[in-house]
Amino acid sequence: MKPSPFEYVRPASLEEALTELARDPDESKVLAGGQSLIPMMNFRLARPERLIDINDIPDFAGVTVGDTSVNIKARTRHLALQNSSLSGPLGDLLRRSAVQVGHLPIRTRGTFGGSIAHCDAASEWCLVASLLDAEMTVESLRGERTIPASEFFQAIFTTAIESDEILTSISLPALDGNYRTGIAEFARRAGDFAIVAATAAVQVVDGTVRDARVSLGGVSEIPFRSAAAESTMLGQPWSAELVRAAAEAAALEVDPSSDSHGDAAYRRDLVRALLPRALGEAVSP
Amino acid sequence: MNMSEPQTWTGQALPRLEDPAILRGWGNYVADVASRDSCLHVRFVRSNQPSGRILSITAPPHVKLFTAADLTGVSPIRAVLERPDFVAVDTPILATDLVRFVGEPIAVVVASTEAEAEDALDLVVVDIEPLPAVLSADQAIASGAPLVHDVEFPGDPNTVVDGRIHTPGFDEAFARADKIVTIQVGSARQSAMPLEARAAHAAYDRSSGRSTLHATLQMPHMTRTGIADCLGIAEDDLRVIAPDVGGGFGAKMTLAREDVAVVFISRAMRRNIAWIETREENFMASWHSREQVYDVEGAFTASGELIALRGDLMCDVGAYCCYPVTYGVEPLMAMAELPGPYRVGEYSVRSRGVITNKCPIAPYRGVSRPVQVLAMERLMDVAAAELGIDRVVIRLKNLITEFPHRSPSGLVLDQASHTETLLAATELADLSDFATRQAAARADGRYLGLGISCFAERTGYGTPALAMRSQPITLGLETAPTITPGFERVILAMDPSGGVTLRIGASPHGQGLKTTLAQLVCDQLGLEPQAVRVIASDTDATPYGWGSFASRAMVIAGGASLLASRDLAERLRVLAADRLGGLASDIDLIQGSAIRRDTGGQVALSTLARDTYHNAQLIPDKGEPALEFTGVYDPTGTFANACHIAEVEVDSETGAVDITRFLVAEDAGLLVNPAIVDGQIHGGVAQGVANALYEELIYDDRGILITTSLMDYLPPTVAEMPHIEIAHLQTISPQSITGAKGVGEGGTIGAPAAIANAISDALSPLGIGVFHLPATPHRIRTAIRAAQNRTAQEEAIA
Amino acid sequence: MSQTIPLRLYVNGDRYDIAVEPRRTLADALREDCGLTGTHLGCEHGVCGACTVLVDGQPMRSCLMFAVQAEDASVRTVEGLAPDDETLHPIQQAFWENHGLQCGFCTPGFLVLAAGYLEEHPDANEEEMREVLSSNLCRCTGYQNIVKATMCAAEKMRR
Repeated sequence: MKPSPFEYVRPASLEEALTELARDPDESKVLAGGQSLIPMMNFRLARPERLIDINDIPDFAGVTVGDTSVNIKARTRHLALQNSSLSGPLGDLLRRSAVQVGHLPIRTRGTFGGSIAHCDAASEWCLVASLLDAEMTVESLRGERTIPASEFFQAIFTTAIESDEILTSISLPALDGNYRTGIAEFARRAGDFAIVAATAAVQVVDGTVRDARVSLGGVSEIPFRSAAAESTMLGQPWSAELVRAAAEAAALEVDPSSDSHGDAAYRRDLVRALLPRALGEAVSP
Repeated sequence: MNMSEPQTWTGQALPRLEDPAILRGWGNYVADVASRDSCLHVRFVRSNQPSGRILSITAPPHVKLFTAADLTGVSPIRAVLERPDFVAVDTPILATDLVRFVGEPIAVVVASTEAEAEDALDLVVVDIEPLPAVLSADQAIASGAPLVHDVEFPGDPNTVVDGRIHTPGFDEAFARADKIVTIQVGSARQSAMPLEARAAHAAYDRSSGRSTLHATLQMPHMTRTGIADCLGIAEDDLRVIAPDVGGGFGAKMTLAREDVAVVFISRAMRRNIAWIETREENFMASWHSREQVYDVEGAFTASGELIALRGDLMCDVGAYCCYPVTYGVEPLMAMAELPGPYRVGEYSVRSRGVITNKCPIAPYRGVSRPVQVLAMERLMDVAAAELGIDRVVIRLKNLITEFPHRSPSGLVLDQASHTETLLAATELADLSDFATRQAAARADGRYLGLGISCFAERTGYGTPALAMRSQPITLGLETAPTITPGFERVILAMDPSGGVTLRIGASPHGQGLKTTLAQLVCDQLGLEPQAVRVIASDTDATPYGWGSFASRAMVIAGGASLLASRDLAERLRVLAADRLGGLASDIDLIQGSAIRRDTGGQVALSTLARDTYHNAQLIPDKGEPALEFTGVYDPTGTFANACHIAEVEVDSETGAVDITRFLVAEDAGLLVNPAIVDGQIHGGVAQGVANALYEELIYDDRGILITTSLMDYLPPTVAEMPHIEIAHLQTISPQSITGAKGVGEGGTIGAPAAIANAISDALSPLGIGVFHLPATPHRIRTAIRAAQNRTAQEEAIA
Repeated sequence: MSQTIPLRLYVNGDRYDIAVEPRRTLADALREDCGLTGTHLGCEHGVCGACTVLVDGQPMRSCLMFAVQAEDASVRTVEGLAPDDETLHPIQQAFWENHGLQCGFCTPGFLVLAAGYLEEHPDANEEEMREVLSSNLCRCTGYQNIVKATMCAAEKMRR
C-alpha cells in the first residue's frame, strides 16, 4: 500500500502552480488535502506522475461574504467550515454538512474545493454545490472561467475542470432569512460515506413555498437535483404532508444503481426516509 | 498493609504490567523490528482468479522473483485429523500449477523497500487460464461439481468433513414430540481483522546457519514445528519470536504460507527479509470464518421441553486446510457443541465442511459457536412463540441444572450457573418495565425489541478434549502425523538475587496474561507482581507450549503457573525452615521474606536464593543448587457460561438497528483480574455486534472479493457500540485448579443471538424474524418493505 | 531515477534532517527515517486511525499526508506525549488505570487523538468525545474503557 513514484512540486503562488500544471497537465494531479487522492494512490488506483501541492499558495483559503453571495476559497478545510461563524440558513447548512464529512482528522486536512473537484456523488460538498447552484471558478494560464454546478458535475469522479485548470473558489448564493436548509444522511457507521444523502433548501414566505431545492446523493453518478420534489413543493402551502409528498416524488424520480450497500429499491426507500429528515431540519432550524 | 497477613493479588483489578511501554509508543511489533533493520522487503503476487491454471509467470530480469519452482525441497502444509470422513488436501507454499482462490500467493518479489517491492509487483505478469470455480457450499456438493482439489471424496464432491451423531432414542423421541420447530440460521463470512495485519521478519545468521523469525503469532512453538517440517530443517535451526502482537482473535494461530516463504527466501538469499501484510491482502488471504448455514429442528413437548434436536450443519471452509487445527474446526465444534447449555434429550446431527474457491477458513473468536448459539436461541424464541410460552420460562425449562452433565455428543459440562445467569440478566433488564416501554413505543410507531441469549462456552480444554476430535482408525492412510494440541508448560525460577522469572509456552497477544500470571504466582510467593518477569513468545526462551487460543491461557497456563509456584513456595518454606527451625508448614511467605509464624523469625527470600546458588553446601537434604520448577497442566476443560440481553430500536424507514442497552451476566469462575475479564467481555461483545450487524466479506459472482478495504468491511466504531453492563457470577469448578474459567470468546459467542432475537422481537408485529447475519439495514428494510406490501395487499383484498 | 528530497522535520520538539522520496508518507518517514515506531499503520487508507499524529496541534492521518508536506511543521507523536521518562501524560495514565488498551496497536492513535483534542477542548463532554473517538478503530476493547479513560483524563486535565 505504497504509492507509485511521482515527482513533487510545491509552488509558492497560484501562477507558479498553473505554470507547473501547464507543463504536463495530463500526467499531473493537484494535491490539496489529499484525503481522497492519497488513499487512491496508496491502493495504486491513482498513479499520477506529478503532484502539484497547492498547500503553500497564500490566500487560498477562507470564506468571504458578499451582498448576494458567499465565496469559499478552494483550500478551505472542512474544519474551518464546521467552525465558521457565517450566520443565516447558509451558515447552518455549511456547519451541518461539515460535521458529516468523514471524521475530525479528515476534516482538519481535507478541503472544500478538493471534495468538489473529486466529484463523489455522495459527498456533502458536491450536494451543497448542486443544491445551491454554486458557481465554480477555475483558473489556468489560459485564463479564468466560471462554471455553474449544472455543468460542472459530469460523471463519477469527473468534472468540467480541464487538466490544466485549478479550482480556485466556489461561490454560493447568500440565502435570506426565509430559507430553511437541511441535510440528512444514512451511512452504516459514523463518518462513512453516505449510502444516500439528502440536502434541501426551501424558501417559505407567508406559509407558501417560493423556492424549493433538493439535491440527493447516492442515487446517481453525480448529485441529483430532484425536479419532481422541487416542483411538488413550489407554490404550495408548507406542511408536513407536502414534505412527504415531495419525498415520494423524489423516490419515484430517482433511478439508482445497486451495490453491496444497497439495491435500487433500498436507495429509494432511503430517499423517502431522508428527505423529510432533511426538510424537517429545514422546518425547525 | 498488615505485615503478618499474606497479600492476595488474585481478584484485584491490577493495572497491567504490559502497559507503560505500549502507552509511550515503545511497543515492539514486527513492523518495528523490520524498521530497525536494513532488511529486504517482499510482496506476494496473488491470484486474481478463483480457479485457474497458471500458464506463465514473467517479470523483467531486474525483478528478483521466487515462484513455486524456486522452492526446492519445500513440502506443502498438511494438516489432518484421523477420522474416516476426513479428506486431507495439501497447501503448497506458493501455488504450483493451479490457483484456488482470489488472493492465493503465486510468487514473491524481493526488493530493498516495501514501495520498491510494490513497484516490482506491478511488473510481474501472471497468465492464468480460468477454470470452473465453485463459489458456494451448495454448488460445491452438487453432483458433477468441479473439484477444488483433485483428491478422492468418499461422499459428495468437495466434502472434506462429514460428521454424524445419532443417539439411539432419537427417532422415538422425535416422533412423540407435540411440536416440531424448524428454522434455518446462517452467518456471512467474516474476518477476525486484527488491527495489526500479518507480518514476518526472518533474519539469517551466517555463522550458525540459524534463522530467527519474528512474526505476529499466537502459537510460536507450533509455527516453528510447521515451518521446520515444510523446509525440512531441524527445529533448532529456527527460532520463532512473537514480539508484541497487535491482536489475534484466532487468526494468528494458523500457520501462514507467507511465513514459510519468508523464512525460505531469507535462507536461500542469506539475507534478512521482511513481509508486512497490507490490509487489502489481509482481507483477501488472511483467513476467513463463519460462512455457515444450519438447518435445525427442535422437537418439543406441549409444555416446552426440548426432547430431541436435529441439525444439518454446513460450513463453507474455503480452498485449503488450516494448520494445525484443520478445516474440521468449524463443523466438528458445531457438531459437538450445538446443544450448548440445554438438555436436549436426543440428538441427531450431520455436520459438514465443504471446500470452495474462496479464502480458507481458520478459527476466529468463537469459531462456530456464534452460529450455534444463534440457532439454539432463535429456536427457543420461535418455539416459545409457537407454543405460547414465555421466552424466559422455556429457557428455564431446558437449561441444564445438574452437573456434571453429559451431553448427547459426549461432552461433560462441569459446574455452571445457566439458570442463575439467566435470572440475573433478566432481573437487570427489568423485563416488565421493558414491556411497558415497548408497548408505548409501538403505539407511537416505533419498534423496540429485547433479545435473550444463553450459552455455555467450552474453555481451557487440553489434550484429552482435543484428542476426541480424531477417532483413531486402522486404515493405512498416507497422512502427515496428526497434531493434538493441549497442555501448557511453564518454568518458574528464582535467580540468585531473588528475582522471579516465569517462562511460559503460551503466547499472549493483548490479553494481559503477563499481569494475571504474575498475580497468581505472587499469591504463592508473597511477592509483588512487579517482581515477576513473565517471558513468553520466544522458542529459545520458553518451554514448548501450544499458545493462546480457545479461551485457554488463564485456565491452562494459569494452572501450570500455579503448580510451579506452589512447588517453588514449598521449596522456599523448606529452606526457610532449615534456617529458622520448625516445619515448612510453619513458614509464611510475605513481602519477600519467609517468616516463621510462631516465633516471628524471618529470612529474606533473596538470602535463601543466593545461598542456594552460591553456597550449595548449605542446601538441606542434598537438594539441587537451583530454584527452578516446572509446571504442567493439561485439563479436560471447563465450561464458562453467560446470558446476554440486548435492547434495540429498529428504524423501520432505514432498517438501521440501534443497540440501546446491552447486558452480560457472566460466569467465568474466579476472576483473577476483574478489569481484564471485563475488557475481554467488552471486546468480545464488540465483535459480536460486528458479526450481528456490520461485518460481511462479500465475493461477487465471479469469485472476486469486493470487500477489501475498511470502507467496505465495516468494523464498528465507538459510535456504533452500546455501553455494556456486566454482572459476574463466580462458580468454582474442580475442572480448573485456579478456579478461573476462560472468558476470551464469550462476548462474541453470545451477542449475535441476543441482537438477532432483539430485532426479531422488535419486528414481531410485522411478522419478521432475523435468522441470517449480519442483519444489515438493507436486509432489514427489505424485509419490512415486503411485510408492509403484504399488509397493504391484504388490506386491499379485504 | 526517483526524486529524493532533503527535508527538515520537527517531531516532539526534536529536529530530524532526512531525505525522502516524495511518495514517502509522513507515517513511514516517522517510522523508518526518524525511528519513531510508536505511530502504527493499520490500513494505510485513512480509516483505522492508528497512524494519527498531531500536525501543528491538529490530529491528522499520517498515512494520508506525504512527509514532504510536513516540512517545517511541528509534529507530535505518541512518543512526545509524556513529559519525561518518569511521568505519563494524563491520557496515558488514564488509559493505564482504566484498562483502556489490550493489544496496544491502536493505542498510540487514540492517545494522540484524545490528547490533542482535550488540550484544545478541556471541557469536552462524553458525547463530544465519542464523536471525536469514532474516527479510530479498536478491535480489542469494545471502546468502553477508552471512553472511560478519556473522560477521566479530561477531568484531570481540567484541574
